[in-house]
Amino acid sequence: MKLRRRQRERLSLGLQYLVFIAIIATVLVAADWDRLADAFFRVDIIKSMFPTIITVALRNTILYTLGAFAFGLVFGTILALMRLSRVAPYRWVATAYIELFRGLPALLVLFLVGYGIPIAFPEREIPGGVFGSIAIGLGLTAAAYMAETIRAGIQAVPKGQMEAARTLGMSHFTAMRTIVIPQAFRIVIPPLTNELILLTKDSSLAYVLGVTAQTIEITKFGRDMLNDRVNATPLLVAGLAYLVITLPLSQVVRRLELRYAKAR
Amino acid sequence: MTTTPPRPAVEIRDLHKSFGPLKVLKGIDFEVGQGEVVCVIGPSGSGKSTLLRCVDLLEEPTAGKIWVNGVEMTDPDVEIDAVRRGIGMVFQSFNLFPHLTVLNNLTIAQRRVLRRGRAEAERIARANLERVGLTDKADAFPAQLSGGQQQRAAIARSLSMEPKLMLFDEPTSALDPELVGDVLTVMRKLAEDGMTMMVVTHEMAFARDVADRVVFMDGGVVVEQGPPQEVLGAPKHERTRAFLSRVLDPTHVAQLGAPDQSPGASD
Repeated sequence: MKLRRRQRERLSLGLQYLVFIAIIATVLVAADWDRLADAFFRVDIIKSMFPTIITVALRNTILYTLGAFAFGLVFGTILALMRLSRVAPYRWVATAYIELFRGLPALLVLFLVGYGIPIAFPEREIPGGVFGSIAIGLGLTAAAYMAETIRAGIQAVPKGQMEAARTLGMSHFTAMRTIVIPQAFRIVIPPLTNELILLTKDSSLAYVLGVTAQTIEITKFGRDMLNDRVNATPLLVAGLAYLVITLPLSQVVRRLELRYAKAR
Repeated sequence: MTTTPPRPAVEIRDLHKSFGPLKVLKGIDFEVGQGEVVCVIGPSGSGKSTLLRCVDLLEEPTAGKIWVNGVEMTDPDVEIDAVRRGIGMVFQSFNLFPHLTVLNNLTIAQRRVLRRGRAEAERIARANLERVGLTDKADAFPAQLSGGQQQRAAIARSLSMEPKLMLFDEPTSALDPELVGDVLTVMRKLAEDGMTMMVVTHEMAFARDVADRVVFMDGGVVVEQGPPQEVLGAPKHERTRAFLSRVLDPTHVAQLGAPDQSPGASD
């Protein structure tokens, strides 16, 4: 019997579903759920993590992330403008910085900021203590990535926008600030969101600076609990805590993009 | 500064402009008197848009001098932002700011450049929107307007800065045919109100009816200029005649299959 085209398609799709369901079912049946629950889902341990994981760990993760993002955004915008400058030494400095800091592990940069700066300037302190060190340490790396994103965004704004602004008598700086950069940022919202989510997870590197009970963030908190209770449940909870940050963030950004869609 | 009678709005002396090895303008001498409407026509690649953009210094001349309202634009120390306040520029591609409403498109330069307060800037903006027939579009974003509405908003944006001279760079070339008339009507009204205008255009009817003077350019030089009835009605020069016959009677171009006379480069 010869099958019609739609029948063939339906048959093929049915087989794919079947294979998919079979794989899931095998995993579900084969896994030892009791041992798994005992290692990863001990309700008493989950309870003991609250409310500290929210009031301290989650809060600090958000603060470190926002600090590093703010620092990276400002510094990254400056680097992007330097890369697009008519002044050649600005371009050289920005390019060298970006190539260097994109190539170094964030952990290393954080370490150098946290321990190098106090050695270099023994009389001074980084403002904000651990928070300041993390914001600068992670922000320096983030700025290198964001600079390239923002530069691409600025270049994606049609040349006529700058020309129209200049013919209205705006200076180059005013035209950049009020006309070009606002449009560039709308273009780069998706990649900048990526950077923010990456930073959220990179904030777990804060441990190299030696965090205390007050400055602890999600991952360190989870690992401490793991060592303490000799059980993996805290890691599962820590993972969920990250999703509590990143999932709503994606939603907010989606809304933002929709709102800007009509003004493009 | 000497106290001579009022200088022309635009004075150009021996202007040359090259892009790399490509010579686009080859010695232009040209004036636009106060209150005069001058239409610049010519085949694509003739340098007419480049000439217009040089007036506003969007292109840096290679050689020669340009004065606008008596201020030398080609002086390296010219306060370019200050001079540009007195010059309105309308582009082929409108170049409205897409992230701002129409009203804010009209107020942003007033506020940032002329330091007008919000209320005053909005009053002037609304008056100019009325002038171009867009009172009901103040709160729309550019993307919500038709091409013709966008171009009229762009004209209103320039007018909000109260310029003494308006430059138009093929303002209707990007429009659907049925939208061209609205923009040309606005421009005609502007001319009747006494605005000094320099218009690069392919709209021969506009040049014939509105211009005080028509300038025909080809190959980077001014070939012929004069009142529209002379240049368009009885052109003296062979190149002008050839161009006009191509534009006004495109289905009867004589040498079919002959190589295109105009240089390939677009302006």
